[in-house]
Amino acid sequence: MAQIFHPSMKVVSRASIILAVIVVLVLGVIGGAMYRSGYTTNVGNPREQIVPFSHEHHVNGLGISCGYCHTSVEKSAFAGIPPTHTCMTCHSQIWNTAPILEPVRESYRTGKPLEWIRVHDLPDFAYFNHSIHVNKGVGCQTCHGRVDKMPLTWSVNTLHMSWCLDCHRAPEKYVRPKSEIYSMTWTPGPDQLAEGKKIVDENHIKTKQLSDCSVCHR
Amino acid sequence: MSGKLSIEDIREKLAGRTGEQYWRSLDELADTEEFRSAMQNEFPTDAPVWEDPVSRRRFLHLMGASIALAGLSSCVKQPDEKILPYVKQPEYLIPGKPLTFASAFTMSGFATGVLVTSHMGRPTKIQGNPDHPASLGAADTFSMASILHLYDPDRSQVVRRNGEITTLDKFLAQLSGALDAQKALGGSGLRILTGTVTSPTLAWQIESLLKEYPKAKWHRYEPAGIANEREGSRLAFGEAAQAIYNFEKADVVFSLDADFIAEGPAHLKYAREFSERRRVRGAKANINRLYCAESFPTVTGSVADHRLPVRASRITDFANRLAAVLGVDGAPSSQLSDGEEAWITAVADDLKAHRGASVVIAGAYQPPSVHALVHGINEALGNVGTTVSFVRPAEFDPDPAGSSMTALIEDIAKGQVDLLVIAGGNPVYDAPAELQFADAIEKVGMSVSLNIYNDETANACGWHVPESHYLEAWGDARAFDGTASIVQPLIAPLYNTMSVYELLAEMTLRSGKKGYEIVREYWKDHSMKSAGAADGDFESFWNRSLNDGVVPGTASPAMAARFRGTEVIVAAWKAPDAWKSGSPVRISFPGSEVEVMFRADPTIGDGRFANNGWLQELPKPITKLTWDNAAFVSPSLADSIGVHDEEIVLIEVNGARCLIPALILPGHPPDSITLHLGYGRSHAGRVGNGAGVNIYPLRFSTTASWATASIVRTGQYSKLARTQDHHSMEGRPIVRSATVTEFETDPKFAREMSHVPTKAESLYPGHEYDGYKWGMSIDLNSCTGCNACVIACQSENNIPVAGKDQVLNGREMHWIRIDRYYSGDLDNPDIHSQPVACMHCENAPCEPVCPVSATSHDSEGLNVMVYNRCVGTRYCSNNCPYKVRRFNFLQYSDVEHPTVQMMQNPDVTVRNRGVMEKCTYCVQRISAARIDAKKEDRSIRDGDVVTACQSACPAQAIVFGDLNDPLSEVSKAKSQPRDYGLLAELNTSPRTSYLARLTNPNPALGGAEKGREG
Repeated sequence: MAQIFHPSMKVVSRASIILAVIVVLVLGVIGGAMYRSGYTTNVGNPREQIVPFSHEHHVNGLGISCGYCHTSVEKSAFAGIPPTHTCMTCHSQIWNTAPILEPVRESYRTGKPLEWIRVHDLPDFAYFNHSIHVNKGVGCQTCHGRVDKMPLTWSVNTLHMSWCLDCHRAPEKYVRPKSEIYSMTWTPGPDQLAEGKKIVDENHIKTKQLSDCSVCHR
Repeated sequence: MSGKLSIEDIREKLAGRTGEQYWRSLDELADTEEFRSAMQNEFPTDAPVWEDPVSRRRFLHLMGASIALAGLSSCVKQPDEKILPYVKQPEYLIPGKPLTFASAFTMSGFATGVLVTSHMGRPTKIQGNPDHPASLGAADTFSMASILHLYDPDRSQVVRRNGEITTLDKFLAQLSGALDAQKALGGSGLRILTGTVTSPTLAWQIESLLKEYPKAKWHRYEPAGIANEREGSRLAFGEAAQAIYNFEKADVVFSLDADFIAEGPAHLKYAREFSERRRVRGAKANINRLYCAESFPTVTGSVADHRLPVRASRITDFANRLAAVLGVDGAPSSQLSDGEEAWITAVADDLKAHRGASVVIAGAYQPPSVHALVHGINEALGNVGTTVSFVRPAEFDPDPAGSSMTALIEDIAKGQVDLLVIAGGNPVYDAPAELQFADAIEKVGMSVSLNIYNDETANACGWHVPESHYLEAWGDARAFDGTASIVQPLIAPLYNTMSVYELLAEMTLRSGKKGYEIVREYWKDHSMKSAGAADGDFESFWNRSLNDGVVPGTASPAMAARFRGTEVIVAAWKAPDAWKSGSPVRISFPGSEVEVMFRADPTIGDGRFANNGWLQELPKPITKLTWDNAAFVSPSLADSIGVHDEEIVLIEVNGARCLIPALILPGHPPDSITLHLGYGRSHAGRVGNGAGVNIYPLRFSTTASWATASIVRTGQYSKLARTQDHHSMEGRPIVRSATVTEFETDPKFAREMSHVPTKAESLYPGHEYDGYKWGMSIDLNSCTGCNACVIACQSENNIPVAGKDQVLNGREMHWIRIDRYYSGDLDNPDIHSQPVACMHCENAPCEPVCPVSATSHDSEGLNVMVYNRCVGTRYCSNNCPYKVRRFNFLQYSDVEHPTVQMMQNPDVTVRNRGVMEKCTYCVQRISAARIDAKKEDRSIRDGDVVTACQSACPAQAIVFGDLNDPLSEVSKAKSQPRDYGLLAELNTSPRTSYLARLTNPNPALGGAEKGREG
């Protein structure tokens, strides 16, 4: 029986094998980059909302503390999005005819809630609890960044599991004194590791337990 | 398994067995080749994972495609999610934190107090209310599963006229017209049909309606209620009374066909008290003794120290003989066989020895004469005032004789009924067969059905109005002892529905008064003072009642019920009634006569829970049957007629026939057949339709409890989904029990039954737990096998329903199951129940075999399951000796219906197809308690974490807590000598351990040595 393939096919077949490997690798690298990119994670991607709410203006300009609107942050898993009535405590008096606030007034009139786009969206199988983090020395800014500099809100962290674990494995790198929880300007000092260690001990944070699967997944 | 095995062979095999005598099923005893091969596989051989025959080429096609698609789907960005804050946030609500409200669930009219958990306005979980006398903190399967009805996509959502969709306004206009016509006639053509009514508000409304329409009539019907019990008290005392038993004070209990632990309006209280008297601490056992003569193996029978299977009609003989032996004057005479005579004499002697500290109780299916006689027996035993007391009945029941269903049908036949309002209930399906309710309804001018389902009755009636679920509507109801509760809704009606109170208000006031106003008006204007509240202080009275779940001071007053003597009973007994006992029915087959017993189904009740997937899939106690009813026969009866398991038999009662598969049930009375009501619904909904066989056509009003029937084999077979052989554990010492005498001589008998390797013997270093160390202890001596834990777990942990086909393949999803074992002979075996969930082994065999570490150990000793990591190899389940892991072979979780998703517990992941799952020790509850404790900078206190199964358990058999705390309840339980680990000899070091069961047999009945020796 005659040869089916010409000897030159040897080169072609070798080249195609090498090419296939390269293609797979390149695809892998692209995929990985995509996975980490802001396109997928929405990091650095200011989200358009029904009302262009500016944290910069309210926090930095007016000095309103986080807890004024996010009332349940110390008590519940969910930090809480302010009800329309909270907005209207001020905006029934000031900017009460501003066209951009019309959705708020409409919500107030009709009783229909405002629809916000979630900026920090964890997958449903991860159970995050705000209250325990703020009670144990994790500041708002540590995860949410300088919202006082955000005219529209975006996320500054990927919320990937490796990012969570970075702190869960070594919380002393990130914790701060309880008095500074809501501070936007607090920065870790040069002796953060030693200071953090102290806070970890004071707050009875059990680091060993923090990397248990059951802490976040149930 | 079609199970064509010979009972004779099984008996021989059983006789030849020595040592441990526990067995799970007849198939296991027969040990056929078929059974062995089925057991060798984790899932039965007839469970092909891939339904179609697949060629290699086709397989590669599909795999290639799925890899490509899997790659593509992971490239899709997570879709945007919306957050909708409140417009005006309720001040008591913290977003993300559940709230709990007290309400009340009613079953056949009687209330059980419940605490309902609400997540952001959605009720998600029902638990018992510790302050309510009928709950005491426990909950039963029905009350917990009732939440599924609220969200059932099959619920009726629109008003219908002759099946066509119409509007509520049109209905109200029509009703108003019909009422105007009745007004002129004094209401002579108006009839109302309800179930038992204990609601004070509803009773008041009905009274006002009857005042307005003096010639109108109110009829009541319950297919499986307490009518016999009430009639019995009327016979005994001359007036209706509610007997309340105190099992905590009873040393000896004799049940005459009463399943008091699992049925009836007070069963949770009775189960709690009974189990309290089975609790053993230390090496001394001072426990009660239960005798049970029963017509079907029930939960109560399974915990009895002496159980005698007796067909239902012969229970009368036992009551009569007992009365005679105890010296009740003029007790009717009855004949018993020699063995039975010896048995009843021993029972009588034991009862006499415990005068004033015993209870005799008759079952709901027994005729009034038996109930009446039992009252006489308790009085003769000096129990009245100590273990038995009487109160006025809680239900509103004027003119009991004239309010029957039969009277209603007679009036309809005479053409006297123009307007019939059926508020709740499903008489077209469950009324006595001879009444032909569906035909009768056609003769009524305007018939109205108010029901949460568009059921058989709704379809037969001219008008159907959808009813609000009790979690959507205000109401009230009384418990068995008269204690009233306000039924508090947790959510606005999901659909445009009406409650029975609102319908009645439309009929009397012709105004759209809301349930809230009606109920409040009743309590404010009519009943607040009688409930002991100060005048003018209505708001605090109301708020307190809502908060506590009980209205203070509403328990019925005690009544002095004096037994009138036996003359009336004898007269009633001699009347030509169906229950009159004769000589035992002669059985000569084929096709001759035998007694059939009708009982409400243990999981779906009288049929009202037929569309509840949780209850359909819940393995019934003892029989372990799901999704079906069957003709239960004893092994000896099966032998004599030659019927096999799952063989369809033709049963004929009084000319009515049904075809139903038979099941051989060890411990069933030898000369009767039991049929469970509630199945064979035609308009239940997608879940209940077509499941099982309708037995009501065989049930006539004179033979409501039992009847004479003929049975014929057909040779045809029908598959029944039973779970009894699933997850078999191959004859190792699983259940351990001993008699009290054996226990007191050797308290550590259970531990000595197997060799448990010590830590020193293990090659592996143990885990270190310096914080909490969670563990569970299950007391087999308290556990009754009532199934409450199974439904509690299902509701808490978003466990899906798999369906009959999947159960046949061994793929039921329950995280906790109740294993049932028999020991002893076929005709009257001892029955053992054992709840089994994940043991959270310290050396967990599942962990090292997982290739992706989806199951691993956490620092508190939990064997955790990470769903998002699981790739579905099922190696873990393969390696689990307890067979407690459940795999989502298909997409079992309902992701299709928005209402069902509203029901899910948001703190527990809803699992998708291809993922393994199992008991987590309610890790979400541990987490919540841990976070609360950490925020207060303290440790979790004993009792802060209550698992779902533990909270529901009426017997308090399950204890959970920290093993590192020597003072915790669970540590105390585990230090008991009866403590043993299941299969601990495999060195799995299980965190859940059991307390061995003790029985307290009467030496006079030769039972002292019956136990573990076997």
